[in-house]
Amino acid sequence: MDSQLLTAIEVVVGVPAALVGYIWLTERIVTLAPPKWQKRIRPWFWLGPALGFLGFFLVYPTIGTIIRSFQSRSPLRPRWVGLDNYKWFFTNDAALGALLNNVVWLVMLTVFTVGLGLVVAVLVDRVRYEPWAKSILFLPLAISMVAAGVIWKFMYDFRPPGQPQTGTVNAVIGTVGLGPVAWLQSPTFGVSTFALIAVMVWMWTGFAMVIISAAVKGIDPELLEAARLDGAGEWQVFRRVTFPLLGPTLAVVSTTMVITSLKTFDIVYTLTNGNYDTEVIANLMIKQMSFGEYGRASAVAVVLLLAIIPVMAFNIRQFRAQESVR
Amino acid sequence: MTATAPSRPLPHPLAVPATPRANRRPRRAGRIVLHLVVVGLMVLWAIPTIGLLVSSFRPSSELSASGWWTAFAPPYHFTMENYSQVINQSGIGRAFLNSLFIAIPATIIPIAVAAFAAYAFSWMEFPGRDVLFVVVVGLLVVPLQTTLIPILRAFAEWGITGEFLAVWLAHTGYGLPFAVYLLRNFMGSLPKSLFESAAIDGANHVTAFFRVALPLCVPAIAALAIFQFLFVWNDLLVALIYIGLAKPDRLPLTATMANLVNSLGGGWYLLAAAAFLSMLVPLLIFFTLQRYFIRGIIGGAVKG
Amino acid sequence: MSRLMRTLAPLAALGLVAAGCSSSPGEKEDGDIRGDEVVVVGTWGGDEQEAFLAMVKPWEEQTGAKVKYTGTRDLNTLLSTGIASGQLPDLAGLPGPGQLIEYAEAGALVPLSDVLDIDTYTAETAPALVELGKGSDGEIYGVFIKAAVKGLIWYNPSLHDYSANPPSTWDDLLEQGEANKGSAEALWCVGIESGAASGWPATDWIEDLVLRTAGPDVYTQWYRGEVKWSDPRIREAFEIYVEDVLGNTYGGLQTAAATNFEVAGDPLFADPPGCVFHHQASFITGLGGFKDAQAGTDYDFFPFPDINAQYAGAVEGAGDLFGMFNDTPAARSLMRYLVTAEAQNIWVQRGGALSANKNATGYPDDISARSAEILANAQSFVFDASDLMPQAMNDAFWRGMVALTSGSASLDEVLADLDKAQADAYTSS
Repeated sequence: MDSQLLTAIEVVVGVPAALVGYIWLTERIVTLAPPKWQKRIRPWFWLGPALGFLGFFLVYPTIGTIIRSFQSRSPLRPRWVGLDNYKWFFTNDAALGALLNNVVWLVMLTVFTVGLGLVVAVLVDRVRYEPWAKSILFLPLAISMVAAGVIWKFMYDFRPPGQPQTGTVNAVIGTVGLGPVAWLQSPTFGVSTFALIAVMVWMWTGFAMVIISAAVKGIDPELLEAARLDGAGEWQVFRRVTFPLLGPTLAVVSTTMVITSLKTFDIVYTLTNGNYDTEVIANLMIKQMSFGEYGRASAVAVVLLLAIIPVMAFNIRQFRAQESVR
Repeated sequence: MTATAPSRPLPHPLAVPATPRANRRPRRAGRIVLHLVVVGLMVLWAIPTIGLLVSSFRPSSELSASGWWTAFAPPYHFTMENYSQVINQSGIGRAFLNSLFIAIPATIIPIAVAAFAAYAFSWMEFPGRDVLFVVVVGLLVVPLQTTLIPILRAFAEWGITGEFLAVWLAHTGYGLPFAVYLLRNFMGSLPKSLFESAAIDGANHVTAFFRVALPLCVPAIAALAIFQFLFVWNDLLVALIYIGLAKPDRLPLTATMANLVNSLGGGWYLLAAAAFLSMLVPLLIFFTLQRYFIRGIIGGAVKG
Repeated sequence: MSRLMRTLAPLAALGLVAAGCSSSPGEKEDGDIRGDEVVVVGTWGGDEQEAFLAMVKPWEEQTGAKVKYTGTRDLNTLLSTGIASGQLPDLAGLPGPGQLIEYAEAGALVPLSDVLDIDTYTAETAPALVELGKGSDGEIYGVFIKAAVKGLIWYNPSLHDYSANPPSTWDDLLEQGEANKGSAEALWCVGIESGAASGWPATDWIEDLVLRTAGPDVYTQWYRGEVKWSDPRIREAFEIYVEDVLGNTYGGLQTAAATNFEVAGDPLFADPPGCVFHHQASFITGLGGFKDAQAGTDYDFFPFPDINAQYAGAVEGAGDLFGMFNDTPAARSLMRYLVTAEAQNIWVQRGGALSANKNATGYPDDISARSAEILANAQSFVFDASDLMPQAMNDAFWRGMVALTSGSASLDEVLADLDKAQADAYTSS
């Protein structure tokens, strides 16, 4: 235990120190080069460690995944099967249903978490109990996925009509006389998906709020005062000053939430496992892996990768715009 | 987040604001609406958690029989049994320490690595910068499960499976896309004037990074630290694969928590108590780092 | 690292020679493994984990070695990742006989023929369980540590006591149930929700019905993918489930689909009772309302009655399979210990489990003893079919039962989907 503690301390202190040393050292090396070359070489030293980690942990397995997606299922002697796995994906009902669900997730999750996060970040900025409000919204994210599953099983619990309800949601709607609904096991299309999205919104709004709040704090208060002095009402202050200044941050949060919605898996797996029309792409991929269908699972992963290309394009446009304003 | 002003003229600093009477009444009503909305959201968000909290103090036999709100009517059947069972779980103390050993370095390393990269992406010009950055962001979508086999194989060859180093490195790799994204966004929106004046004062990039960029990015670093710590603290799969296969003694708290439930799902009521115990640490981190979300930090820099 | 190895190697060699001198060649002494560790991975958590640790404690005390157990629900992911990357635990619970065959073919599992005394093992264990531990080459790769009997019909004796004259046929069961219904709301209590595995209690229903309407041979062909799901012999079982069970279940389809299997039997104990019968395996006694109820007074069971007289006496069971990935002396010793009656007794005494070893005697109550008898005396014993199917087929089976039970799909649609899944799942590469 002591040796582990020592190692941990060494790492916590040593790694940042080593990085600083590395940057300092490489700066000395860079200055040895002619000035025109300095500008060209220096960025790569700074990016080096990050690119190294990313290359090994994310890029290298992804290349393997892409190759695997063109191969058959057998793990020992994979054969080349070309586009068969992709053909399977695009003709499979479950897969197409999952794609549709992911689109719904993408829109709803992003709109609600970013929207609510923005509202809360801006509003709590003006109340005295701000830390409490932020902590309560942040709490769901601190709860592990396992516990979140338990909480929402409780919330959505269903007892037959006429029996006292044990689930919070059914109990609440019961007070106004509406019958109990099997939220997670609903034969009606879309109900269960919305129930799951509600869970994710509950968890991730805190995330959006924390980041947007950090940005809100960074807005120069003089700008807001200036607008108010000009006679602008609160809503106009928000629309004309706050919102534009938050643009880039909102882009970051939205992008992250879009990607999160594409990767959603834990909640769906734990609560419904894709039954009742709730299937999503990531769950489909995990399932294929558990069937030993690595070729198909890889194809699903590649579809995911392709799906974020529009997101990346949007981000490039954002930077170029940002750069031109600076 | 940016502090650059939109193109409007600033008023004279000495102009005294005269708020006409008519404007004050709507402000009072506005305040009430504000409080209603905020408190309403707080209540809505808190209900599921409160439900779990109350349930964690109820005996297991009552949990499936009645809703948690009924616990507030007599007969009162509150019990500490769930908590004591969790705390007395064998190995939970060590698992807690393991979680700390894993999470703290796995938070600090990615932030350090990302900070330098974010600066390069923000304030250094080089060909292909934007495309490379967008690719880094795109890596956010790579599913964790597709990386397990090749990385575990490599770790096994290097002999570090079962060591904490394995998960530190892995979490760094997995956490970098978001860290770089967030920090670059924050750093990139610092006013250009700051760096220009630093350059005039003779600072090179290294100095600019440590004297200008880093201090002003403290809120972003705080936010990043909170999230990275949280994700690592609540992670199970990465630890299970890279550590659990070789050295089960080093598994974190999430593994012990998951093992409170048997293979059929029995014993799930213990998860309620375990979740609250486990949640205390990330909450503590959140509270502690909250004070770095202070306003006016940029404003001060511009004025000065 | 290599310098360390160079220093240690001669010492290790000396140690080996010393050990070899002190024991007769070819024999492994348990005393040699003092201080060794065995890494074990399984799906057991909570009370099961405690039971397993209690089971291995005498072995640890006797040999001085330690067991390092990790429980996980992601066993499949863990093992397949481990096999693909060469990093494996010493012993592991295997997800099922199907996976055992796969892992054995991949060369990951150690054949147990010179780890165990095969003759004793075969004599002490139910033949079907021995067979299921064999790989495609006929070697034994896995042993059953724990077993369960499926298809028991549970009832509340205070509503009506069936112990004197348990129904002997399906029609008899339906008649007696209706006649003695009293104030109960429905005949059956069904609950198939189970998180990621939802639907499995309904698959148990179908399996019991197929076994008794079509017989063990068709049952075997069925799980091997040689008989289609829409085949009339299989369809008959589904029709009985839909008409006789779903048509007469507490709370209707919605409740059956949404209720968790652990508490599905609780309406038996309600007043007025929600149902007369509950179909579930022997391990229900440790869950939900059964846990706090009194065996014998509050609940009792009779075995699933026959349907087709030709196939009388057929029993369906399941069990936890264990295999060895790393051949170390400590792992061998532990494996040898785990198949003994003394070891399995320890778990059995804690309740909720049956032993695979026929000589285990420590059943805590009459109910478990009777279940164990059923297992031991079965005329034809079959293993849970869905556990024997390829994972893709198993998953489709679960989802099909969820759709059928909740009413979101008709029987024809479900069977058609299952046929499609079957065509896809049984191809090897």
